[in-house]
Amino acid sequence: MITDFRYRGAPALKKAFISFVLLIMIVYVILILYPLFNMFISSFKTNRAILSTPFSLPEQYDFKNFATVWIDKGFAGYFTNSIIVTGIAMGSILLFGSMAAYGISRYSFRGNILIYMLFLSGIMLPLKAAIIPLFLLIKNMGLMNTRLSVIMIFIAMGLPSTVFILSGFMKAIPLELEYAARIDGCNDFTIYRKVVMPMVAPAIALVTIYNSVPIWNDFFFPLVFLQSNAIKTLPVGLSTFFGQHSTNWALLFTGLSIAILPMLILYLFMSKYFIQGMTAGAVK
Amino acid sequence: MVHYLCTMENQGWNMNRRQRNTASWITLFVTPGLLIVGLFILLPLFMSLYNSLFSWNQLIRGEFVGLENFRRLLGTYPYRERFLNALGNNVTWFTSTMLIQNTLGLLFGFLLSRKIPGSQLFRRIFFIPVLFSIVAVGFLWGIYLKPSGLLNNFLDLVGLGSFKMPWLGMESLATPSIIMVNIWRWVGFPSLVFLAAIDNVPVECLEAAYLEGVSEWKLFWKIIFPLIIPAITIITVLTVIGSLNVFEQIYTMTGLDGAPNYSTDTIGTLFYRTAFGSIDAGSPEIGIGSAIGLVIYLLTFAISLASIFVTKRSEVQL
Repeated sequence: MITDFRYRGAPALKKAFISFVLLIMIVYVILILYPLFNMFISSFKTNRAILSTPFSLPEQYDFKNFATVWIDKGFAGYFTNSIIVTGIAMGSILLFGSMAAYGISRYSFRGNILIYMLFLSGIMLPLKAAIIPLFLLIKNMGLMNTRLSVIMIFIAMGLPSTVFILSGFMKAIPLELEYAARIDGCNDFTIYRKVVMPMVAPAIALVTIYNSVPIWNDFFFPLVFLQSNAIKTLPVGLSTFFGQHSTNWALLFTGLSIAILPMLILYLFMSKYFIQGMTAGAVK
Repeated sequence: MVHYLCTMENQGWNMNRRQRNTASWITLFVTPGLLIVGLFILLPLFMSLYNSLFSWNQLIRGEFVGLENFRRLLGTYPYRERFLNALGNNVTWFTSTMLIQNTLGLLFGFLLSRKIPGSQLFRRIFFIPVLFSIVAVGFLWGIYLKPSGLLNNFLDLVGLGSFKMPWLGMESLATPSIIMVNIWRWVGFPSLVFLAAIDNVPVECLEAAYLEGVSEWKLFWKIIFPLIIPAITIITVLTVIGSLNVFEQIYTMTGLDGAPNYSTDTIGTLFYRTAFGSIDAGSPEIGIGSAIGLVIYLLTFAISLASIFVTKRSEVQL
């Protein structure tokens, strides 16, 4: 495009402008990457070294701190819990969300729009503000201090956006395909499972990332509902850990590295999908 | 003739059965999701309203008191002072996020859309902190902003030692510091949303204007900006919701009490203390807490609607 900012053939003033812009961008990149880099190298240092020479590289790289945090401080458990909670919640969101989207978008019936609206009403309103009734509800259901409590809430949090995104995609699938499948003797569930679901696979990938990143990172609900260390998820576990070791900076940086690096590594391989998925709600 | 009638009857019966069949399929598909959303989103929403109209003794619902909880929240010490202080901080959060983060995001989005050298790499790197949990980011910067932390060390290193501050320990600096950390984490998000919006502006429009000799500045304000208003609306609404929900940032960097001296307190932390701890050291106050929860709902709803309305008016269709 001719309006692009390129060096080749640009007048001197424009070249200077592009260089200036590049400089700003590079400064910002350093501002993002250096704190992460420093976090990582600090986890190999001693407390004294972190305080006295914060910018220097560690003298040796041994993974002693990592082993301590991962095994003794229970991060392996927190990690497993996060995977269990995110996995079950995400699976249920995809199943129930796609079923509801199918029911709403592929049939016309009275109350269709009302049901759609009921689902959508959950999109804008922050569920955090209803923590008191949720607390009483979970208590009355006997789910306090169980993984199921946060799993149920995460499913509820994920359903509205999933129904919204998926029903949009499902509406676009031609009805003729459905008729053809019906003539071949498929029942409604088989049509959903074998015809419609494969066709919205890209949208499934989209909603998976859109929902699983916030669920993986969520702090508020696990903070309220998960008290025993054995079932805490990573963000709450990290918080407990920070409460217990507030002065041992080397250990804290190690804990942070363990909490942050897996996401970063996953992102390196799938950055395009992450960007698409996470901005899906805001980009049409 | 008899035969004909038979088939007609048969078909009618079939139709009826088919319809009932379809109805049960719809029920099967929609019910599980609807049940969960109803139980965990819609019911709590109405219960917030209901609970706020009663007096509470710990977790036991007392008698109906009408709007008494709201009157106490907005009119008596210490609720009124704490609430207005927290609300003021939320307003600071909203305005600075709009002014700094979203303006920066718009600038980055625009520059990235012009395919400056390395733009593919830049956009990927800008998005990195968006992935991290607020808790991890909050704790990380909480250490860096300590008096003996990385930032003050850096200021020493570059000879700006006189600017060393207890960033999170001073009343006037704590909230701005936390907001800057949040911007650090989140600016990649509006950048890429605006980038996607600008990429959707038809190339012909831009090229035609460019060949006419229209300046970059005018090109942006007269052509690009009016066409990306929908993206601006969405980012504004998300900023409203985000600013009213600030909680983890405070919890991890200055603590639940909004230290120092409540200067970083927000509605989120105040709400949590009221519901589970207490406002000034005491037991949970479900009545007042529900009232705060309801105020959060109403504010979210009202301000989001208002910003949609304001930005919709200036929207342009091609």
